[in-house]
Amino acid sequence: MGREQEAEKPVPLLEAHGIGKRFGGLRALHEVSLTLDAGSITGLIGPNGAGKTTFFNVLTGIYPPDAGTVRFAGSALPVGEPHRVAKTGIARTFQNIRLFPNMTVLENVMVGRHVRTRAGVLGALFQTRATREEEQAIAHAAQGLLDYVGIAAHAHRVAGTLSYGDQRRLEIARALATEPRLLALDEPAAGMNAAERGALGGLVRRIREDGTAVLLIEHDVKWVASLCDRITVLDYGERIAEGEPRHVLNDPAVVAAYLGQGAA
Amino acid sequence: MDIFLQQLVNGLTLGSIYALVALGYTMVYGIMELINFAHGDVVMVGALAGLSVIAFLVGQGWPAFWAVTAGVLLALAACMLLGWGIERVAYRPLRKAPKLAPLITAIGLSIVLQQVSALLWGRGYLSFPAILPTTSLSWNGVILTGIQAVIIVLALLLMAGLLVLVQRTSLGRAMRATAQNPAVAQLMGVNTDRIIALTFVLGSALAAVAGVMVVAYYNVGHYTMGFMLGLKAFTAAVLGGIGNLAGAVLGGLLLGVVEAMGAGYIGDLTGGYFGSNYKDVFAFLVLIAVLVLHPNGLLGRRAREKV
Repeated sequence: MGREQEAEKPVPLLEAHGIGKRFGGLRALHEVSLTLDAGSITGLIGPNGAGKTTFFNVLTGIYPPDAGTVRFAGSALPVGEPHRVAKTGIARTFQNIRLFPNMTVLENVMVGRHVRTRAGVLGALFQTRATREEEQAIAHAAQGLLDYVGIAAHAHRVAGTLSYGDQRRLEIARALATEPRLLALDEPAAGMNAAERGALGGLVRRIREDGTAVLLIEHDVKWVASLCDRITVLDYGERIAEGEPRHVLNDPAVVAAYLGQGAA
Repeated sequence: MDIFLQQLVNGLTLGSIYALVALGYTMVYGIMELINFAHGDVVMVGALAGLSVIAFLVGQGWPAFWAVTAGVLLALAACMLLGWGIERVAYRPLRKAPKLAPLITAIGLSIVLQQVSALLWGRGYLSFPAILPTTSLSWNGVILTGIQAVIIVLALLLMAGLLVLVQRTSLGRAMRATAQNPAVAQLMGVNTDRIIALTFVLGSALAAVAGVMVVAYYNVGHYTMGFMLGLKAFTAAVLGGIGNLAGAVLGGLLLGVVEAMGAGYIGDLTGGYFGSNYKDVFAFLVLIAVLVLHPNGLLGRRAREKV
């Protein structure tokens, strides 16, 4: 599938520094920094409204940040141009699943290949040989990804008819189709039972082993702790802790944020 | 029966033209939920550009076939450029404005295009040179003229080509992705600005061909001809289910046939009280009937909810 990682460099894969974002009077993010290395699994946790999804939106170019810088693989991230961010190698899924519901499962993943596709308008209009060959290669790669996430049998169903768990898997396959170096998953385990969470954890680990770093937002603290190398905790738009799971989860500030002041 | 078959042939010819124009409306609506009311005037520009080039070249002694080919190519170039410019100037700056704003610019643009065309081509009727072969097929009194055959076949080829483009190519996938969820399409690396511009260009190309067909079929062109034609084609798109390509084709053909039947039978049905000049009434009666019984159009699905 060609998602190999290039030789490891000392430079972190992602360096977000001092990110700030306001919506009118609401301070959604303030001075948030997050660094992660290639081949790592990083958790981003925090109470509802802590700014986790806003951070994802900044990371994927949907919102330009008001302050701070994001560097990805050593260069500045294109601001406000999601289609170029996709090209640099960041892909994501959504908290509320956002597939192309009227397309088939396979076509959804094929759209994900768009970012790595050459053939242009004229090729499509005149069906050149190069276009047809590329089209076959895209379909082949997409089928491989469906197999990878375990929904190959549903390739020709309309995406909107899949079960909830399979829609989540499809969203991951579609994101992987862009050949990301960083896969950002926004609450991938939401609404899943324990067995489904276990299987999803296995998939996330496999994605990491195949060379893609993973950044995930999640509420289930135990599940995150078992999966992640490092965890960053946000509360009211600020980073209140960062480090290895066992340290972070015992941090009094984190406990207070999750359980209320008195519990610490 | 003769009248029926003859009006069927006439209706399919007219319907093919409506369908080509309706595709332009429905593509733009499908991708950005905008009614491009200037589309009919793009057809008019294609028609007049094609007509004047053909008339000029015929005057220079060119053979009919090459003059028409050159006229179509020039109309294509003019309309594609115009479609691209319309999106860029009138709609892109309003992408985030309330839905009513681009509707107003569309109407304004339509007036501008008509007035500029009146300056360029004059306010009189322009006639298409009598160069097309008048051969025709006759079968039991039903006549299919050469031009009718060319219009129907060419329109079907173009429509089939468009369907293949949208359903079977990477470009078409990007268009459908943009229509279903532009924000997510961007995250997949789809340059949605480019896809939207391309949608206008493609629709305008079909409009150019339709425009030349109209002037060649009726032998006459006028700077206001885009209004009624655009309205009919829009009706066809709504009839078939706006946003649905197959629906635009079906709606266009159906509307053409209904109109032709209306024109053929209205005199008999009303004892000669109404003449065939009331044919437009039929088109809109059918629209009203379909919208009452099936508000999303014949092939339209329930309104898509945004996820």
